[in-house]
Amino acid sequence: MDASQLYQEIILDHNKKPRNWGKVEGCTHKSEGLNPLCGDHIWVTLKIAGDAIDSVAFEGQSCAICKASASMMTSAVKGKSVAEAETLVQEFRDMTTGKLDVGRDQHHLGRLTVFAGVKDLPVRVKCAILPWHTLHAALAREASASTEGDQDPIAG
Amino acid sequence: MSAVPNQASPIAAPGASGPLDVERLRADFPILTEVRVHGKPLVYLDNGASSQMPRQVIDRLVRYQTREHANIHRGVHYLSATATAAYEAARATVQRFLNAREDREIVFTSGVTDSINLVAYGYGRAFIGAGDEIIVTHMEHHANIVPWQMLCEEKGAQLRVVPITDAGELVMEEYERLFTPRTKLVAVTHVSNALGTINPVKEMIDIAHRKGVPIMIDGAQAVQHIAVDVQALDCDFYAFTGHKVYGPTGVGVLYAKAALLEKMRPYRGGGDMILSVTFEKTIYNEIPFKFEAGTPPIAAAIGLATALEYVQGVGLDRIAAHEKELLRRATEQLCAIPGVRIVGTAREKAAVLSFNVGDVHPHDVGTLLNDDGVAVRTGHHCAQPVMQRYGIPATARASFAFYNTPAEVEQLAASVRRVQKLFG
Repeated sequence: MDASQLYQEIILDHNKKPRNWGKVEGCTHKSEGLNPLCGDHIWVTLKIAGDAIDSVAFEGQSCAICKASASMMTSAVKGKSVAEAETLVQEFRDMTTGKLDVGRDQHHLGRLTVFAGVKDLPVRVKCAILPWHTLHAALAREASASTEGDQDPIAG
Repeated sequence: MSAVPNQASPIAAPGASGPLDVERLRADFPILTEVRVHGKPLVYLDNGASSQMPRQVIDRLVRYQTREHANIHRGVHYLSATATAAYEAARATVQRFLNAREDREIVFTSGVTDSINLVAYGYGRAFIGAGDEIIVTHMEHHANIVPWQMLCEEKGAQLRVVPITDAGELVMEEYERLFTPRTKLVAVTHVSNALGTINPVKEMIDIAHRKGVPIMIDGAQAVQHIAVDVQALDCDFYAFTGHKVYGPTGVGVLYAKAALLEKMRPYRGGGDMILSVTFEKTIYNEIPFKFEAGTPPIAAAIGLATALEYVQGVGLDRIAAHEKELLRRATEQLCAIPGVRIVGTAREKAAVLSFNVGDVHPHDVGTLLNDDGVAVRTGHHCAQPVMQRYGIPATARASFAFYNTPAEVEQLAASVRRVQKLFG
């Protein structure tokens, strides 16, 4: 596919004006995500009260795909339960690796389906997934996430 | 004995003068016309990572595999003799290409990384010890940093780093000042892969020799752009790789002065690098064979020789003139786009152009350029210290070959304008 189709307005907008940018004060969970091959490097912090994600934020240096994915991820999981967030992590991963067909299969991804096209850009899949790996690592109380090899926390 | 098989390939535009007939030369490179990206013609501007192979090299590989292949240096049979002759003729071609004094000064390796590791192991481990110093520069590829760091770690030696200016030039006064009585080796790139800077290697070699220090030149980004004469340079070591000079992957070259090779330790043990083996003692083979343990990349070495003959046939002076014009146009056209910043503005540059488009991440630039069929490299170019020096995570890099055209430069600029507009 044409990459221009992926760089839609919504992704460009989240890249320019990332939501939930920064750190959560007094966070209960945090993790660092690094994609050493392309240099995407982000931090995700969360405050979890009971079973609910009370607040979530991210910051770092990354390409537009990664930043928009992180921005939209934080918007999507805020106020959700940990289990609901983990479901989104799995569905997002399945969508971008071609295991979930957003037009056919049931899912809860909503506007996150703008990232469906990334499955046709294999070298960029890791950019889109990194924030989700990092979120997963934070929820699992792991200090860091990486999209490389055996460190991959949700390798399939 | 069959005929020496490295001479038969027809070479386009042999040794002519005047401007290149680029369209005619392009016809030698099947991939340039056979590949279309998103239905658009391929605009291949990633030659610094790997250049494409002309038909003459591809044909030579086919001829070797269909009529000449066997293992070398060990069989008495016809094919082994044929393959051995072709492989050793390839060594002689490399010798002529670099104007080395003798063919035994040419060691085939798997690439520049392998060549540098060979020197770090074979020379460094034997002659560099605790408290000694190795001089490198701030613009080295990781391949010319990490092997020396590993050596330093093992021996308790130290790296000293020549700084670079904002333009991407070495600070030569600092270079000279870094020498101490403990300096045992200098390792410097001829042309920077990330910045395009052509370093004043002749001057650097002379300075090192005045201090009595041997010097290694990493020519990975040089031999495809600049005629290199290792005797005129008087460098002690020179390395280059096949697939960046229109040859196959898997083969590289280490040139070293014979006297140095003689006193170096073998890098790897195995077959072909020995004269005799008993369990009590092994006697190593003569140079260069003592550094070529096991079966070498025979086909790739033979293909490389054809590539070097091809390049010499086109003429490195004419290649340099054409590429200089491409670089001039590309620099001018990209600079005219709002927000574009060129990284690396040295006075002497090879046709390598690193740039950023505003604060758009280079991976986004590269992905969008690919929509138009334009292939550039994006990332830190295995030169993270360079990126740290300029405070950027990465760049996009267009690197030109003689088969690139002014029209391709215009396509690059048009595609970059599109990216700039999209991210606005």
